[in-house]
Amino acid sequence: MAGTPNDFRTPMARARGLGAAKHGVGHFIAERVSGIALIPLALWAAFSGPMLAKGDFATAAVWLSQPLNAVLAAAFVVVGFFHLRLTMQVVIEDYVEGFVGKSALLMLNLFVCVLGAGLGVFAILKVALLGGAL
Amino acid sequence: MVQLALPKNSRIGKGKHFPAPTGAKRVKTFKIYRYDPEGTENPRWDTYDVDVDRCGPMLLDVLIHIKNDIDPTLTFRRSCREGVCGSCAMNIGGRNTLACTHGWEEVPGKEITIAPLPSQPVVKDLVPDLTLFYAQYASIEPWLHTDTPEPRAEWKQSPEDRSKLDGLYECILCACCSTSCPSYWWNGEKYLGPATLLHAYRWLIDSRDEATGERLDALEDPFKLYRCHTIMNCAQVCPKGLNPAKAIAEIKKMMVERVA
Repeated sequence: MAGTPNDFRTPMARARGLGAAKHGVGHFIAERVSGIALIPLALWAAFSGPMLAKGDFATAAVWLSQPLNAVLAAAFVVVGFFHLRLTMQVVIEDYVEGFVGKSALLMLNLFVCVLGAGLGVFAILKVALLGGAL
Repeated sequence: MVQLALPKNSRIGKGKHFPAPTGAKRVKTFKIYRYDPEGTENPRWDTYDVDVDRCGPMLLDVLIHIKNDIDPTLTFRRSCREGVCGSCAMNIGGRNTLACTHGWEEVPGKEITIAPLPSQPVVKDLVPDLTLFYAQYASIEPWLHTDTPEPRAEWKQSPEDRSKLDGLYECILCACCSTSCPSYWWNGEKYLGPATLLHAYRWLIDSRDEATGERLDALEDPFKLYRCHTIMNCAQVCPKGLNPAKAIAEIKKMMVERVA
């Protein structure tokens, strides 16, 4: 462990570490752009969700089969999971130490978010195109 | 995972109590962190009831009074006693600041707690080991980088460009900001911390410097730069009233500017 009596690296070697990864700005931009996109999408979802909950399934299926609603719903799910993945990644990097545990959690984060977005889009398409029929 | 509880040998026990001298009219209690890594004992809180009529108004005056007249074993670092050297940075009443420019009357509460800067190894009592902090500062190469042959006289700079360094050059590297930053607590080995990044920006924005691109290259890293989550503790505690978080935000803006 760094800084212990058996660590004879110079302070400069510790400070430089493995050097700069030369990336990070892409993540920074993606996080902000998806965050901005989520403001109108989330407002739209917060408005539409309760409205749909008042009616029955058939009404909701008709509503979702309208192209604009289907596309916005899919965009909300995809952008939401994309943003979730980026932000959870930062939380994991912040708090989890150790290469193996951290890598495993980062992978799990990616898989869960891809799976969530995939399932969401599939459900939306199924209802929008097939009216929810099996 | 992040270590939330102190390791066994760092748990702080109750220490000695030094009562006020008889006849003292105004008494204030100071609870001070004591630790000697070369000994076998755990750290402890010693409490000193200080007759504040016998010392000056600043916390450094109190510490000097304790060392001179009550307990000569107390160790702390100080030099200029006017907020220029940064030596006496410590955690006072739960807040990082300079003992020399902070009056004890400004600290609320019956008892004033004084501890070393958080998250750094302790050399003794109130003296933290800032070796890595200084190395991180040196790692950003805090001097002018130029390829153009040196001019006969000085490198010229307009008053407007010079004014861009205001709010940056005043930093005295006391480490109050970096050691108050949770991101620096959790990832201090990889995150450069607010003080170093403020200085990095001081050289990035210097109109005379020719290595802006290389400097940005050296910073573009998920940890070195992007661990800043604008928590703002740095700006809150800076005893010089500077805003490292703003400087870091400006660096992030430059990073975006060069790809957009």
